[in-house]
Amino acid sequence: MPHIDLPEGLPGISAGFNFRPETAKPMRELAHILLHESSSLTPGERELIATYVSSRNGTTFCDLSHGAAVAQHLGDPSIVEKVKSDFLSAPVSPKMKALLAIAGKVQQDGKLVTESDVLVARVLGATDLEIHDTVLIAAAFSMYNRYVDGLGTWQPTDPEMYTQMGKHLAAEGYSKPSIRQPVGT
Amino acid sequence: MPHIALSPDLQGIRAAMAFRPETARPLNALVEILLAGPSTLTKGERELIATYVSSRNCTFFCASIHGAIAAAHLGGDEALVKQVKTDFTQANISAKLKALLVVAGKVQQDGKLVTTADIEAARKLGATDIEIHDTVLIAAAFCMYNRYVDGLDTFQPDDEALYRERGKRVARDGYVTTSEEYLRENAHAAAH
Repeated sequence: MPHIDLPEGLPGISAGFNFRPETAKPMRELAHILLHESSSLTPGERELIATYVSSRNGTTFCDLSHGAAVAQHLGDPSIVEKVKSDFLSAPVSPKMKALLAIAGKVQQDGKLVTESDVLVARVLGATDLEIHDTVLIAAAFSMYNRYVDGLGTWQPTDPEMYTQMGKHLAAEGYSKPSIRQPVGT
Repeated sequence: MPHIALSPDLQGIRAAMAFRPETARPLNALVEILLAGPSTLTKGERELIATYVSSRNCTFFCASIHGAIAAAHLGGDEALVKQVKTDFTQANISAKLKALLVVAGKVQQDGKLVTTADIEAARKLGATDIEIHDTVLIAAAFCMYNRYVDGLDTFQPDDEALYRERGKRVARDGYVTTSEEYLRENAHAAAH
Protein backbone atom coordinates (compact mmCIF):
# COMPACT_ATOMS: atom_id res chain seq x y z
CA MET A 1 0.00 0.00 0.00
CA PRO A 2 1.70 3.24 -1.08
CA HIS A 3 2.48 5.81 1.61
CA ILE A 4 1.07 8.66 -0.48
CA ASP A 5 -1.75 8.97 -2.97
CA LEU A 6 -0.04 7.46 -6.01
CA PRO A 7 -2.02 6.68 -9.18
CA GLU A 8 -3.41 3.16 -9.06
CA GLY A 9 -2.26 0.50 -11.45
CA LEU A 10 1.14 2.02 -12.17
CA PRO A 11 3.89 -0.25 -10.86
CA GLY A 12 7.08 0.70 -9.09
CA ILE A 13 8.89 3.83 -10.19
CA SER A 14 6.30 4.67 -12.87
CA ALA A 15 3.89 5.67 -10.07
CA GLY A 16 6.45 8.02 -8.53
CA PHE A 17 7.29 9.49 -11.94
CA ASN A 18 3.62 10.07 -12.69
CA PHE A 19 3.06 11.72 -9.30
CA ARG A 20 5.98 14.14 -9.69
CA PRO A 21 6.94 14.67 -13.34
CA GLU A 22 9.39 17.49 -12.55
CA THR A 23 11.76 15.15 -10.70
CA ALA A 24 11.00 12.27 -13.07
CA LYS A 25 12.59 14.16 -15.97
CA PRO A 26 16.20 14.29 -14.70
CA MET A 27 15.86 10.81 -13.16
CA ARG A 28 14.86 9.41 -16.57
CA GLU A 29 17.58 11.35 -18.32
CA LEU A 30 20.23 10.01 -15.95
CA ALA A 31 19.12 6.39 -16.45
CA HIS A 32 18.97 6.90 -20.23
CA ILE A 33 22.53 8.17 -20.43
CA LEU A 34 23.93 5.60 -18.01
CA LEU A 35 22.16 2.50 -19.31
CA HIS A 36 21.07 3.13 -22.89
CA GLU A 37 23.31 5.63 -24.65
CA SER A 38 26.48 4.61 -26.38
CA SER A 39 29.33 3.38 -24.16
CA SER A 40 32.24 0.96 -24.30
CA LEU A 41 30.23 -1.21 -21.87
CA THR A 42 27.30 -2.81 -23.69
CA PRO A 43 23.75 -1.94 -22.57
CA GLY A 44 23.39 -5.56 -21.40
CA GLU A 45 26.47 -5.23 -19.20
CA ARG A 46 25.25 -1.94 -17.73
CA GLU A 47 21.76 -3.32 -17.07
CA LEU A 48 23.43 -6.27 -15.31
CA ILE A 49 25.12 -3.85 -12.91
CA ALA A 50 21.73 -2.16 -12.28
CA THR A 51 19.97 -5.50 -11.69
CA TYR A 52 22.75 -6.78 -9.44
CA VAL A 53 22.62 -3.66 -7.24
CA SER A 54 18.80 -3.73 -7.13
CA SER A 55 18.86 -7.38 -6.13
CA ARG A 56 21.31 -6.65 -3.32
CA ASN A 57 19.02 -3.82 -2.15
CA GLY A 58 16.06 -6.25 -2.24
CA THR A 59 13.95 -3.96 -4.46
CA THR A 60 11.72 -6.33 -6.43
CA PHE A 61 10.44 -3.95 -9.12
CA CYS A 62 13.86 -2.62 -10.08
CA ASP A 63 15.47 -6.08 -9.89
CA LEU A 64 12.86 -7.67 -12.18
CA SER A 65 12.48 -4.79 -14.66
CA HIS A 66 16.21 -4.36 -15.23
CA GLY A 67 16.65 -8.12 -15.25
CA ALA A 68 14.11 -8.24 -18.06
CA ALA A 69 16.11 -5.58 -19.94
CA VAL A 70 19.24 -7.73 -19.55
CA ALA A 71 17.38 -10.75 -20.92
CA GLN A 72 16.36 -8.74 -23.99
CA HIS A 73 19.84 -7.33 -24.60
CA LEU A 74 21.72 -10.60 -24.07
CA GLY A 75 19.04 -13.01 -25.34
CA ASP A 76 19.62 -15.13 -22.23
CA PRO A 77 17.43 -14.80 -19.11
CA SER A 78 19.53 -17.37 -17.20
CA ILE A 79 22.51 -15.01 -16.97
CA VAL A 80 20.56 -12.71 -14.63
CA GLU A 81 19.97 -15.41 -12.01
CA LYS A 82 23.56 -16.62 -12.25
CA VAL A 83 24.95 -13.11 -11.70
CA LYS A 84 22.57 -12.44 -8.82
CA SER A 85 23.35 -15.69 -7.01
CA ASP A 86 27.13 -15.79 -7.61
CA PHE A 87 28.61 -13.45 -10.20
CA LEU A 88 32.11 -14.87 -9.75
CA SER A 89 31.04 -18.11 -11.38
CA ALA A 90 28.62 -16.54 -13.89
CA PRO A 91 29.34 -16.57 -17.66
CA VAL A 92 30.41 -12.92 -17.85
CA SER A 93 33.84 -11.49 -18.68
CA PRO A 94 36.53 -11.16 -15.96
CA LYS A 95 36.34 -7.38 -16.45
CA MET A 96 32.58 -7.46 -15.71
CA LYS A 97 33.24 -9.50 -12.57
CA ALA A 98 35.71 -6.87 -11.37
CA LEU A 99 33.19 -4.09 -12.12
CA LEU A 100 30.40 -6.00 -10.34
CA ALA A 101 32.66 -6.30 -7.30
CA ILE A 102 33.05 -2.50 -7.31
CA ALA A 103 29.30 -2.01 -7.79
CA GLY A 104 28.59 -4.32 -4.85
CA LYS A 105 30.82 -2.23 -2.64
CA VAL A 106 29.28 1.08 -3.75
CA GLN A 107 25.83 -0.40 -3.06
CA GLN A 108 26.84 -0.74 0.60
CA ASP A 109 29.08 2.31 1.02
CA GLY A 110 31.30 4.10 -1.49
CA LYS A 111 34.14 4.16 1.02
CA LEU A 112 34.46 0.37 0.76
CA VAL A 113 35.90 0.59 -2.78
CA THR A 114 39.65 0.02 -2.46
CA GLU A 115 42.58 0.90 -4.71
CA SER A 116 43.03 -2.82 -5.13
CA ASP A 117 39.45 -3.29 -6.42
CA VAL A 118 40.09 -0.58 -9.00
CA LEU A 119 43.53 -1.92 -9.94
CA VAL A 120 42.08 -5.38 -10.59
CA ALA A 121 39.43 -3.85 -12.86
CA ARG A 122 42.10 -1.87 -14.76
CA VAL A 123 44.34 -4.90 -15.20
CA LEU A 124 41.32 -6.66 -16.75
CA GLY A 125 40.84 -3.79 -19.19
CA ALA A 126 38.44 -1.36 -17.47
CA THR A 127 38.89 2.28 -18.48
CA ASP A 128 38.42 5.33 -16.25
CA LEU A 129 35.07 5.99 -17.91
CA GLU A 130 33.90 2.42 -17.33
CA ILE A 131 34.92 2.61 -13.67
CA HIS A 132 33.21 6.01 -13.32
CA ASP A 133 29.99 4.72 -14.85
CA THR A 134 30.02 1.55 -12.77
CA VAL A 135 30.26 3.65 -9.59
CA LEU A 136 27.54 6.03 -10.76
CA ILE A 137 25.17 3.25 -11.91
CA ALA A 138 25.54 1.55 -8.51
CA ALA A 139 25.06 4.90 -6.73
CA ALA A 140 22.06 5.83 -8.88
CA PHE A 141 20.37 2.50 -8.25
CA SER A 142 20.88 3.03 -4.53
CA MET A 143 18.63 6.07 -5.16
CA TYR A 144 16.04 4.47 -7.48
CA ASN A 145 15.69 1.44 -5.19
CA ARG A 146 15.13 3.58 -2.07
CA TYR A 147 12.62 5.75 -3.96
CA VAL A 148 10.59 2.74 -5.11
CA ASP A 149 10.64 1.10 -1.66
CA GLY A 150 10.41 4.30 0.38
CA LEU A 151 7.10 5.36 -1.18
CA GLY A 152 5.64 1.87 -0.69
CA THR A 153 4.95 1.56 -4.43
CA TRP A 154 3.10 -1.47 -5.83
CA GLN A 155 5.75 -4.01 -6.87
CA PRO A 156 4.09 -6.89 -8.74
CA THR A 157 5.84 -10.14 -9.63
CA ASP A 158 4.03 -10.98 -12.91
CA PRO A 159 6.78 -12.21 -15.28
CA GLU A 160 4.83 -11.29 -18.42
CA MET A 161 4.53 -7.64 -17.39
CA TYR A 162 8.28 -7.45 -16.83
CA THR A 163 9.01 -9.16 -20.14
CA GLN A 164 7.05 -6.41 -21.91
CA MET A 165 8.78 -3.75 -19.87
CA GLY A 166 12.17 -5.28 -20.66
CA LYS A 167 11.42 -5.16 -24.41
CA HIS A 168 10.50 -1.49 -24.23
CA LEU A 169 13.52 -0.57 -22.09
CA ALA A 170 15.93 -2.45 -24.33
CA ALA A 171 14.51 -0.85 -27.49
CA GLU A 172 13.66 2.68 -26.31
CA GLY A 173 15.57 3.30 -23.11
CA TYR A 174 14.32 5.57 -20.34
CA SER A 175 13.32 8.89 -21.86
CA LYS A 176 9.69 7.91 -22.17
CA PRO A 177 7.50 5.83 -19.84
CA SER A 178 7.37 2.12 -20.56
CA ILE A 179 4.08 1.93 -18.65
CA ARG A 180 1.66 4.71 -19.55
CA GLN A 181 -1.68 3.16 -18.75
CA PRO A 182 -2.58 1.49 -15.48
CA VAL A 183 -2.11 -2.27 -15.60
CA GLY A 184 -4.32 -4.73 -13.72
CA THR A 185 -3.77 -4.68 -9.97
CA MET B 1 43.52 9.69 -3.85
CA PRO B 2 40.76 9.46 -6.51
CA HIS B 3 40.31 6.09 -8.18
CA ILE B 4 40.27 7.65 -11.66
CA ALA B 5 41.97 10.63 -13.31
CA LEU B 6 39.90 13.46 -11.85
CA SER B 7 41.00 17.09 -12.02
CA PRO B 8 43.30 17.81 -9.03
CA ASP B 9 41.85 21.33 -8.78
CA LEU B 10 38.32 20.23 -7.92
CA GLN B 11 36.86 18.77 -4.75
CA GLY B 12 34.09 16.29 -4.01
CA ILE B 13 31.29 15.95 -6.52
CA ARG B 14 32.64 18.82 -8.67
CA ALA B 15 35.59 16.67 -9.71
CA ALA B 16 33.34 13.76 -10.65
CA MET B 17 30.92 16.00 -12.53
CA ALA B 18 33.70 17.71 -14.49
CA PHE B 19 34.94 14.24 -15.55
CA ARG B 20 31.53 13.35 -17.01
CA PRO B 21 29.52 16.49 -17.85
CA GLU B 22 26.77 14.51 -19.61
CA THR B 23 25.65 12.86 -16.36
CA ALA B 24 26.39 16.06 -14.41
CA ARG B 25 23.51 17.76 -16.21
CA PRO B 26 20.66 15.59 -14.86
CA LEU B 27 22.43 15.26 -11.48
CA ASN B 28 22.42 19.06 -11.12
CA ALA B 29 18.91 19.41 -12.54
CA LEU B 30 17.58 16.94 -9.96
CA VAL B 31 19.20 18.58 -6.94
CA GLU B 32 18.11 22.00 -8.21
CA ILE B 33 14.45 20.96 -8.26
CA LEU B 34 14.59 19.03 -5.01
CA LEU B 35 16.47 21.53 -2.87
CA ALA B 36 16.02 24.90 -4.58
CA GLY B 37 12.82 24.57 -6.60
CA PRO B 38 9.35 25.71 -5.54
CA SER B 39 8.13 23.82 -2.47
CA THR B 40 6.07 24.20 0.67
CA LEU B 41 9.20 23.05 2.54
CA THR B 42 11.69 25.92 2.82
CA LYS B 43 15.12 25.63 1.20
CA GLY B 44 16.66 25.57 4.68
CA GLU B 45 14.46 22.64 5.70
CA ARG B 46 15.29 20.68 2.56
CA GLU B 47 19.03 21.30 2.91
CA LEU B 48 18.77 20.08 6.52
CA ILE B 49 17.34 16.78 5.24
CA ALA B 50 20.20 16.52 2.73
CA THR B 51 22.91 17.24 5.28
CA TYR B 52 21.32 14.88 7.82
CA VAL B 53 21.31 11.98 5.32
CA SER B 54 24.87 12.78 4.19
CA SER B 55 25.99 12.85 7.79
CA ARG B 56 24.41 9.44 8.44
CA ASN B 57 26.20 8.14 5.34
CA CYS B 58 29.42 9.70 6.72
CA THR B 59 30.18 11.50 3.46
CA PHE B 60 32.16 14.46 4.73
CA PHE B 61 32.07 16.63 1.61
CA CYS B 62 28.31 16.35 1.12
CA ALA B 63 27.48 16.76 4.81
CA SER B 64 29.75 19.82 5.00
CA ILE B 65 28.61 21.65 1.88
CA HIS B 66 24.91 21.03 2.43
CA GLY B 67 25.30 21.95 6.07
CA ALA B 68 26.85 25.24 4.92
CA ILE B 69 24.08 25.85 2.39
CA ALA B 70 21.49 25.09 5.09
CA ALA B 71 23.18 27.54 7.47
CA ALA B 72 23.21 30.20 4.73
CA HIS B 73 19.45 29.79 4.31
CA LEU B 74 18.93 29.81 8.10
CA GLY B 75 20.58 33.13 8.91
CA GLY B 76 24.03 31.63 9.44
CA ASP B 77 22.86 29.31 12.24
CA GLU B 78 25.66 26.75 12.13
CA ALA B 79 24.85 25.56 15.66
CA LEU B 80 21.39 24.52 14.51
CA VAL B 81 22.82 22.55 11.60
CA LYS B 82 25.24 20.81 13.95
CA GLN B 83 22.41 19.97 16.37
CA VAL B 84 20.32 18.43 13.57
CA LYS B 85 23.25 16.20 12.63
CA THR B 86 23.99 15.17 16.22
CA ASP B 87 20.43 14.77 17.53
CA PHE B 88 17.62 16.39 15.57
CA THR B 89 15.03 15.55 18.25
CA GLN B 90 16.64 18.26 20.39
CA ALA B 91 17.01 20.82 17.58
CA ASN B 92 14.99 24.03 17.33
CA ILE B 93 13.08 22.93 14.23
CA SER B 94 9.40 22.23 13.68
CA ALA B 95 7.77 19.00 14.86
CA LYS B 96 6.81 18.33 11.24
CA LEU B 97 10.44 18.54 10.11
CA LYS B 98 11.45 16.16 12.91
CA ALA B 99 8.87 13.66 11.65
CA LEU B 100 10.18 14.06 8.09
CA LEU B 101 13.75 13.53 9.31
CA VAL B 102 12.63 10.22 10.85
CA VAL B 103 11.36 9.19 7.41
CA ALA B 104 14.58 10.39 5.75
CA GLY B 105 16.70 8.44 8.25
CA LYS B 106 14.82 5.27 7.43
CA VAL B 107 15.13 5.77 3.66
CA GLN B 108 18.85 6.36 4.14
CA GLN B 109 19.13 2.80 5.49
CA ASP B 110 16.51 1.05 3.36
CA GLY B 111 13.27 2.36 1.88
CA LYS B 112 11.42 -0.70 3.17
CA LEU B 113 11.96 0.50 6.75
CA VAL B 114 9.50 3.39 6.32
CA THR B 115 6.31 2.37 8.15
CA THR B 116 2.71 3.51 7.92
CA ALA B 117 3.14 4.82 11.48
CA ASP B 118 6.09 7.02 10.41
CA ILE B 119 3.97 8.51 7.62
CA GLU B 120 0.91 8.98 9.83
CA ALA B 121 3.04 10.79 12.40
CA ALA B 122 4.29 13.17 9.69
CA ARG B 123 0.77 13.72 8.33
CA LYS B 124 -0.63 14.49 11.80
CA LEU B 125 1.99 17.23 12.06
CA GLY B 126 0.91 18.70 8.74
CA ALA B 127 3.08 16.97 6.12
CA THR B 128 1.46 16.79 2.68
CA ASP B 129 1.87 14.03 0.08
CA ILE B 130 4.31 16.15 -1.92
CA GLU B 131 6.37 16.93 1.19
CA ILE B 132 6.54 13.23 2.05
CA HIS B 133 7.40 12.37 -1.57
CA ASP B 134 10.18 14.93 -1.68
CA THR B 135 11.56 13.88 1.69
CA VAL B 136 11.83 10.28 0.45
CA LEU B 137 13.40 11.40 -2.82
CA ILE B 138 15.87 13.80 -1.19
CA ALA B 139 17.01 11.00 1.13
CA ALA B 140 17.21 8.53 -1.76
CA ALA B 141 19.06 10.99 -4.00
CA PHE B 142 21.61 11.76 -1.32
CA CYS B 143 22.28 8.05 -0.95
CA MET B 144 23.29 8.33 -4.60
CA TYR B 145 25.33 11.56 -4.38
CA ASN B 146 27.11 10.33 -1.22
CA ARG B 147 28.07 7.00 -2.84
CA TYR B 148 29.24 8.80 -5.99
CA VAL B 149 31.50 11.16 -4.02
CA ASP B 150 32.90 8.37 -1.79
CA GLY B 151 32.98 5.65 -4.45
CA LEU B 152 35.41 7.58 -6.68
CA ASP B 153 37.42 8.65 -3.58
CA THR B 154 37.15 12.31 -4.52
CA PHE B 155 39.12 14.86 -2.51
CA GLN B 156 37.01 15.92 0.49
CA PRO B 157 38.89 18.78 2.19
CA ASP B 158 38.53 19.66 5.86
CA ASP B 159 38.11 23.38 5.28
CA GLU B 160 35.20 25.10 7.03
CA ALA B 161 35.88 28.45 5.39
CA LEU B 162 35.73 26.88 1.92
CA TYR B 163 32.37 25.25 2.60
CA ARG B 164 30.99 28.37 4.26
CA GLU B 165 31.83 30.57 1.27
CA ARG B 166 30.60 28.06 -1.24
CA GLY B 167 27.49 27.45 0.81
CA LYS B 168 26.57 31.12 0.57
CA ARG B 169 27.12 31.11 -3.18
CA VAL B 170 24.99 28.02 -3.82
CA ALA B 171 22.28 29.33 -1.49
CA ARG B 172 22.21 32.52 -3.57
CA ASP B 173 22.66 31.13 -7.12
CA GLY B 174 21.45 27.53 -6.98
CA TYR B 175 23.13 24.39 -8.26
CA VAL B 176 22.84 24.63 -12.03
CA THR B 177 24.27 28.17 -12.26
CA THR B 178 27.10 27.36 -9.84
CA SER B 179 27.95 24.21 -11.81
CA GLU B 180 28.64 26.23 -14.94
CA GLU B 181 31.82 27.58 -13.39
CA TYR B 182 33.47 24.21 -12.83
CA LEU B 183 32.01 22.42 -15.82
CA ARG B 184 33.09 25.12 -18.27
CA GLU B 185 36.56 25.75 -16.84
CA ASN B 186 37.39 22.08 -16.64
CA ALA B 187 35.97 20.86 -19.90
CA HIS B 188 39.45 19.62 -20.79
CA ALA B 189 39.36 17.24 -17.82
CA ALA B 190 36.60 15.18 -19.42
CA ALA B 191 39.02 12.49 -20.51
CA HIS B 192 37.15 10.22 -22.89
